[in-house]
Amino acid sequence: MSSSSNSRSNNSPTLQGFLRSDGRKGIRNCIVVAYLVECAHHVAREIVDSFKAQQVHLIGFGGCYPNAYADRMMNKLCTHPNVGGALLLSLGCESFNRHRLEENIAKTGRPVSTVVIQQTGGTRKSVDAGKTWVENALRQIAEVPRAPLRVDELVVGTVCGGSDATSGISANPAVGRAFDMLVKQGAATIFEETGEMIGLEDVMSARAITPELGHELKRSVEKAAYYYKQMGHASFAPGNAEGGLTTIEEKSIGAYCKSGDSPISGLIKPGDIPRRGGLYLLDVVPDGEPRFGFPNINDNAEIAELIACGSHVILFTTGRGSVVGSAISPVIKICANPETYERMSDDMDINAGKILRLEASVDEVGEEIYGKVLDVAAGTQSCSESLGHQEFVLTYKSFEPIGPACLPV
Amino acid sequence: MQTEGKSRKLLRIHRDDNVLIVVAPIRPGDRDVIDGREVVFTESIAIGHKVAAGDIKAAERVYKCGVPIGSAKEMIPGGAHIHLHNLKSDYIATYTLDKDHVFVK
Repeated sequence: MSSSSNSRSNNSPTLQGFLRSDGRKGIRNCIVVAYLVECAHHVAREIVDSFKAQQVHLIGFGGCYPNAYADRMMNKLCTHPNVGGALLLSLGCESFNRHRLEENIAKTGRPVSTVVIQQTGGTRKSVDAGKTWVENALRQIAEVPRAPLRVDELVVGTVCGGSDATSGISANPAVGRAFDMLVKQGAATIFEETGEMIGLEDVMSARAITPELGHELKRSVEKAAYYYKQMGHASFAPGNAEGGLTTIEEKSIGAYCKSGDSPISGLIKPGDIPRRGGLYLLDVVPDGEPRFGFPNINDNAEIAELIACGSHVILFTTGRGSVVGSAISPVIKICANPETYERMSDDMDINAGKILRLEASVDEVGEEIYGKVLDVAAGTQSCSESLGHQEFVLTYKSFEPIGPACLPV
Repeated sequence: MQTEGKSRKLLRIHRDDNVLIVVAPIRPGDRDVIDGREVVFTESIAIGHKVAAGDIKAAERVYKCGVPIGSAKEMIPGGAHIHLHNLKSDYIATYTLDKDHVFVK
């Protein structure tokens, strides 16, 4: 790490977090309005829409049939440190276990309530009841205690979307450098996309802090290879040689280099929260035979999983230019392509394209990203946040719990 | 911070890399500076392609983003284009699918 980055972290402003009962601290303090089946989506959205420009976010699960993964995701999301309270919207006959979800949220001391539309008397009465509850809850959570938040208490996830040939040579390596700085300061960082790491299994395994974890990392990539093949996905065809990619390893580096150079401390699955700082691989590919289609149907499905693992902030790299944000945790956009940046600069927090114009080094942009994470943690809105982006997606999946070798520390 | 400082067309992504990335089209006769040493290119090289940062011995590992991407098939002089003709994958897939789509090792 360069001396300038050291001085930055030493001089970084003291962050203030929202203290939760489990000791974790949020960088935001939002109310989530969560529908528990698509049939309750409209009512939930009507409630959220009447609190524009306030920290009221819409999340939910559309399925009527039970799913352990979706249940776990909703539980983890509603008790995320950025969440101050939750209003659950139930139609009344769906199979989601709303009682247990409400209990689990209540146990954390957060304000929580459930509006059951069939019991409340339909749409209008449910919207009114929900709005009244949210108004009160916003007043209540304004009193949540604040506490100093150290960098080593932050969890930062990364994802790429709308990639192009520039992603792997500017924005992604710069995120890797920012990840190295964060890990050095004790933060937990999470990368994923095992489906794009074919050819790097051994390279990645060698970075594991134990040989047993290395074996698990390798297996996760093999699982992804098998799963995507079953989906008929041609992601592993040898790279496009015309664009300059020579080997399968080189093609895979594009996504992989977001992980930086730190040792890998663990392998987690959606909803597993790192217990301490370090670099973690999030395995997003379902276990067992493919049952519900593609592992993640779009970028926001992956972002929701990173957030369920405790991510306070998401670093999102894009070459072609994605505009999405997320409910619950701010998304920081790092644009890889200088032309895209010029066209879409309102949506982009960081211009990594200047690396390709040799106007900044990868290290310098890495430091800029690190600084932006601290700014956003201190309360500054990211571009997607200030533009009102709060996308959220949650679908059916199935996972086995992680094995004992996956989290050695 | 970029060690090749004065280069106008080549990007070093990682300090451990022995390849540089072409960020502006290179034509035969173009000159550039790699690690303070002048090179004259003898061929056209497109954006996104790689050139050797220095001499790379046959069978030596080639690093990009600090990660090995294969081994040199032959000696590659500094400034030369690196691609399918002189770089081979070190990756041997350990998984395959049999005719019934069953995962085998």
